[in-house]
Amino acid sequence: MMNKLLLTTVLSVGLALPAVAAQVQPGETLAENQEYTYWLLDAIKSMDPQINTDTEGSGVLRALFEGLYNEDQVGGLVPGVALSHDLSEDKTVYTFHLRDNAKWSNGDPVTAGDFVYAWKRLADPKTASEYAWYMELMQVKNASKIIAGEAPVDDLGVKAIDDHTLEVTIEAPLPYFPKMLTHASVFPVNQKAIEAGGDKWTEPGNLVGNGAYILKEHVLGEKVVMERNPMYWDDEHTILTKVTALTINDENAALTRYLAGELDRTQIPAGQYPRLKEEYPDQAISVPQSCSYIYMFNVDKAKGPAALQDVRVRKALSYAIDRDIIVNNILQGGQAPSYNWTHAATEGFKLPEIDYAKWTQEERTAKAKELLAEAGFGPDNPLKLTLNYNTSEAHKKIAIAVQQFWKGVGVDLTLNNMEWKVHTDKMQNQDFEVARYAWCGDYNEASTYLDLFTSYSGHNNGKFLSERYDELMKESKTAADPNPMYTEAEQILADEMPMAPIYQYTKVEMVKPDMRGLGLNNLMQNWYLKDMYRVAN
Amino acid sequence: MFSFILKRLAVAIPTLLLLIIISFLLMHAAPGGPFTQERALPPQVLANLEAKYGLDQPLWRQLASYVWGIVAHFDFGPSFIYKDRTVNEIIAQGFPVTLTYGTVSFVIAIIVGIGLGVAAAIRHNSWLDYLAVGISIGAQVLPNFVMAPLLLLTFTWWLRWLPGGGWEHGQWEYMVMPVIALSTSYMASIARLTRASMLEVLTSNHIRTARAKGLPEHKVILRHALKPALLPVLSYLGPAFVAMVTGSVVVDFFFSTGGIGRSFVDSALNRDYAVMLGITILVGALTILFNLIVDILYGWIDPKIRY
Repeated sequence: MMNKLLLTTVLSVGLALPAVAAQVQPGETLAENQEYTYWLLDAIKSMDPQINTDTEGSGVLRALFEGLYNEDQVGGLVPGVALSHDLSEDKTVYTFHLRDNAKWSNGDPVTAGDFVYAWKRLADPKTASEYAWYMELMQVKNASKIIAGEAPVDDLGVKAIDDHTLEVTIEAPLPYFPKMLTHASVFPVNQKAIEAGGDKWTEPGNLVGNGAYILKEHVLGEKVVMERNPMYWDDEHTILTKVTALTINDENAALTRYLAGELDRTQIPAGQYPRLKEEYPDQAISVPQSCSYIYMFNVDKAKGPAALQDVRVRKALSYAIDRDIIVNNILQGGQAPSYNWTHAATEGFKLPEIDYAKWTQEERTAKAKELLAEAGFGPDNPLKLTLNYNTSEAHKKIAIAVQQFWKGVGVDLTLNNMEWKVHTDKMQNQDFEVARYAWCGDYNEASTYLDLFTSYSGHNNGKFLSERYDELMKESKTAADPNPMYTEAEQILADEMPMAPIYQYTKVEMVKPDMRGLGLNNLMQNWYLKDMYRVAN
Repeated sequence: MFSFILKRLAVAIPTLLLLIIISFLLMHAAPGGPFTQERALPPQVLANLEAKYGLDQPLWRQLASYVWGIVAHFDFGPSFIYKDRTVNEIIAQGFPVTLTYGTVSFVIAIIVGIGLGVAAAIRHNSWLDYLAVGISIGAQVLPNFVMAPLLLLTFTWWLRWLPGGGWEHGQWEYMVMPVIALSTSYMASIARLTRASMLEVLTSNHIRTARAKGLPEHKVILRHALKPALLPVLSYLGPAFVAMVTGSVVVDFFFSTGGIGRSFVDSALNRDYAVMLGITILVGALTILFNLIVDILYGWIDPKIRY
């Protein structure tokens, strides 16, 4: 017997309004010009949903393709190709009901089979997708075995019951499974187009998508141009007519071009927000973004420094950092000082009472000195450490500030700047003492952060080890409400301090005042071009 | 002459091969690989990727199959980062861009540079000389990573005369700022080289003779002084031309031209092995070619040089 768990919010929204399209508010008049140009830091690496790995690429893919669900302006799920789903009683079988009017840009209907094809393609070792692990993260049945080459691709727990019914079997209940479906790597692809185009299927003209836009031009390092897809099921309610994404590798150059009117949206370089906010109060914005910036300690018994084995030392180091100076004087973009790991605005997540968050900096510094003295470090035996960070103006400024903070408590910090790949390589081989690190959530749920510090995580570069922590994170996967476990896990991190939290991100940008529907309050910063429009001033 | 050219071309092949081998080994010696990323890939996923791109093979075999691909199919391999594209495609898209703005910059740098240099030399120690030297020193000390944002602020933001970047298939207004940014320092070097060498030539015996026999000054300059004065400039121009047509990171970076200069640096930072090797080979081959052309031009300018 199936337990019908409809996405209630989805349906109420879905029925009341033109589903998920651009929602022009009463009193707003649309502008004549509905073209939009935005900034990309880098060239798009791939237009193939199963191959793409970066967030900028995902933004484009959300316009060219459409997954089972989309996100609304605040990050809630709304129907995409799927209208609703049922969940089996044991919570491992999802049955998705697909809309029957979804079409590919070549006119073919979008069917459950297209999803089956795409998902198998993602897991298939022959595709060699860097995001194949996403299938494992979603716990789709047999994904791990398929990726390891131990089972045929056809064993993947996904099947088309009929053209408009998709059944997915997962290995264990996963409360946030539906949220994971908005990720670009699980978007459907058109088998016919891929087979016809071969390696060239993602070129403009060859690319067949089911999103609101089609790819018109893609010049590496210069631009991506998209125009409306008349075949899109909700084209009638899509407003922007033409979208251009310009690659500008220098954010200051991008800002100049924004101010010259060539861009409608761009990032504000670190430190320039206050000035721009004053000059352009209706254009400079700062909104929370799901990423967390930390200094990771290497607590590996064999490869880490002996001093960092001592929790008192780790705490002292974390206490001594004056986060307010970092966010207010260095970054100046409305970032939040951070005393924990998970981004505080994460849905459902409740922060534990973290003691030192409430102290004054004087209290923290005093406590840090005390702890270091207890651990046997002092003026005649200063603690010597090295910090690795990758090349970036902002990382450098923060590193210098921290060097000063730590000097104040008698820690002698050597700064070690390195190129990105070298930094990453050293971290992943535990060849560091303290290292700059940042993590952005994959979905709006605390486990996307907390899983990282489990002993079995591939990203736990500092080799933090807590049995209780592992237990909690394992239990949370099947719990009806995992949030109390997340709170406890976060408490363990505060007690053990395997890293020093520094700040939580904001997206600091210039946006033209007539732009609407950008989804700025979506913590994941997942925007959809189909929801955007310009109003007449 | 003909056998000289043949000989030089014959040496070029082992030179390029050596270049490939050394670059290949250096690249692989650098820490990290194309798939090293903040989120370490699970071992199995990484293994699948390495198998797909042949990175699981021993180094010598990777090298051999790479060289074979070039020799047999003129195939420079796939990009490990821009996975929709091959190295051939990346070069085919980016090189025409840099070749265009590089050549225009080169021509402008030569005309203005030589003009300034000659003018300064014949009006030695006059205001014209000081002005020309002043301009060329100014242009030399203003690096293009400073000049590019200044141009952008002036022409795009303040005057609104020019688009701030892009290429649009090489329309002239998109080319103005890249050309200024790229040509200025080369122009300055050419001007200073020309001036110094011209001054030296103007005091030499054959110029005195030419003047003594009553030739008008412009004929002395154009017919007798300029040609020998250009010799040292010429040896500078070969490598300069290659550097210009293979693009400038700064120009590509600031003006989003989509040129190959950005790909070069980008590929090194990304450990995009095949792209980096491909562009290295292109730069190497062009360097060899233009050094040869310069040597041939020497023979034409200076009759004393014979091969």
